[in-house]
Amino acid sequence: MDIFLLITSLFLATLRLATPLIFASMGGFMSERSGVVNVALEGFMLMGAFAGAVAGYSFSSAWIGWGAALLAGLAIGALYAFFTIELKADQIITGMAINLLAMGLIPFLTKILYNSTGSTPALAADIRFGFEPVVMAFVLAALISFWLYKTRSGLWLLFAGEHPQALLAAGVSVRKVRWGAVCASGAFAAWGGASLSLFLASSYSPLMTGGRGFMALAALIFGKWKPLPALAACLLFAFADAVQIRLQGVHIGETEIPVQFVQILPYLVTIIALAGFIGKSRAPKALGRGEI
Amino acid sequence: MKRVAGFLIGLIVALLLTAFAGENPWNVFLILMKSAFGSMYDLGLTLSYTTPLIFCGLSVAVGFHAGLFNIGAEGQLTMAVVTAAAVGVLFPNIPFPLAPVVAFVAAILMGSFWGWIAGWLRAYRGSHEVIITIMLNFIAAGLASWFTLQIIPNPNSQNPETAVVSANYMFKDYDLIARLFPDTPANASLGFALVFAVLLWVFLWKTTWGYGLRAVGSNAEAAHRGGISEKKVQMLAMALAGAFAGCVALSEVLGSAGQYRIGFSPDYGFIGIAVALLANNNPLGIVAAAFLMGALHKGASDLDLETTTITRDFSRIIQALIILGVTAQGYWSWMKSKRRKN
Repeated sequence: MDIFLLITSLFLATLRLATPLIFASMGGFMSERSGVVNVALEGFMLMGAFAGAVAGYSFSSAWIGWGAALLAGLAIGALYAFFTIELKADQIITGMAINLLAMGLIPFLTKILYNSTGSTPALAADIRFGFEPVVMAFVLAALISFWLYKTRSGLWLLFAGEHPQALLAAGVSVRKVRWGAVCASGAFAAWGGASLSLFLASSYSPLMTGGRGFMALAALIFGKWKPLPALAACLLFAFADAVQIRLQGVHIGETEIPVQFVQILPYLVTIIALAGFIGKSRAPKALGRGEI
Repeated sequence: MKRVAGFLIGLIVALLLTAFAGENPWNVFLILMKSAFGSMYDLGLTLSYTTPLIFCGLSVAVGFHAGLFNIGAEGQLTMAVVTAAAVGVLFPNIPFPLAPVVAFVAAILMGSFWGWIAGWLRAYRGSHEVIITIMLNFIAAGLASWFTLQIIPNPNSQNPETAVVSANYMFKDYDLIARLFPDTPANASLGFALVFAVLLWVFLWKTTWGYGLRAVGSNAEAAHRGGISEKKVQMLAMALAGAFAGCVALSEVLGSAGQYRIGFSPDYGFIGIAVALLANNNPLGIVAAAFLMGALHKGASDLDLETTTITRDFSRIIQALIILGVTAQGYWSWMKSKRRKN
């Protein structure tokens, strides 16, 4: 009976912890499939988590927080799109700069709003999301998967990343497709952040994403840049995270496993996944080239 | 010249942002300048930030020259600093001239090992170095915190830091730079940083290995046809990058603090990215860029005290906007094309 309980709680924890990863991974999917490398997911998530927590607290509604995260994500996605698509700045360096900007901007704003640089005020327990983000994450992945292969605009996205000249020859603006994709990327990743601050926790705390943006990117690569395999990879990483939380404070015989060893588990799993399987994964052909 | 303009644009935009917090941007600028260069004490602190930034700038630049983006300098320096402190605490009886050398060699070996992991994974498993180094940063932080708190904690303090290394590991008595700036952590490692910058310049432009490294970075295909092994270069570049980041052990452990303190680094590894970009990866330019970024960081860290609404995190905004300003050189041609349309 104990085993059954353990498995159920691990399963539920995995689903909960996978939610931010799935959203961010779908964000990465949109951007990378359109040909724009996206290491800014971490920053997008931070902005979403922050905007969600602030609006959710101010209006006492998780859904309003969700909407605010959408807007913040679109805004920071547009900033990233402007630099990478219009100014043709190096995508990886710009992405890291966006992450740094989010890390600096958020304490700057919390200081103005709440006169502290730490966490935002906590939402009341009954306002927080119960299960909704989990469902939305899975629905989003399913919708993207359907949209990509079954609709005309889904094919535009694929061609923007694989063969932009062909898309151009068909009379579709690669620039516009990429703009749309990168903005959507910002919105999805911001929802990933918001599901951290409105669902897994009840407020924004500094650097609460803890590398999840990069893990989501690793999941995308591990999932061969396809939506449903990427979702499966997110579940794997979330499982490592759930096991990590479960293992904290567990004793083997006399000695306690050092908590730091347990905490690095998800990062180790990410490295092993990337190192072990990347050989069979192929990036979109025009990824990171910046050409149109 | 365009890089300087990009830097200025980034800095000005960052200062203008302070107006939203109800501050006078010009006033903030004056505070930054005064707190960076105002007195010998302030200058000493600025230089103590400059030294690790030179090391990290060199680390990032080596990677860029080989076509790799090393954002793992933070993890590499963490591992190296802990290693230096561990050697100093665990082997207290090594005599003076030998002791710092042993600790330093151990530190850069550990740093280069940590960098080499990412290089090896890139070369033989095709894993992207950006994600791998970020993950390695988290792992390094975890390992360092475990080693510090469980194995060699400081028995005389509640702070999360290692025990202090024995006195024969420190070169304080011979340190001319430290004498110039009393009461600050500035120390002779600044001299080492300058020497290493020159050495890296010589390595990159005057040796065969350096040529191979740059060849892979500028055109991997051509380098391959020329008989240069891309895999070896990637491992060499990342190991070198780790070694440079590991030199931070020199300024932190052997030169000033004598211990590893968790959180001592205000993300030197990330500021190093801005330093390398600003200097266009030129080792000699990095010295100047590191001084500039060190000054900005020192200035920003005093904003806590000098203003009511702006905190030290503002330093990150400045860095991000400077990186964006320098990287996005496309805005010149973008503005031209807009003007033509109108």
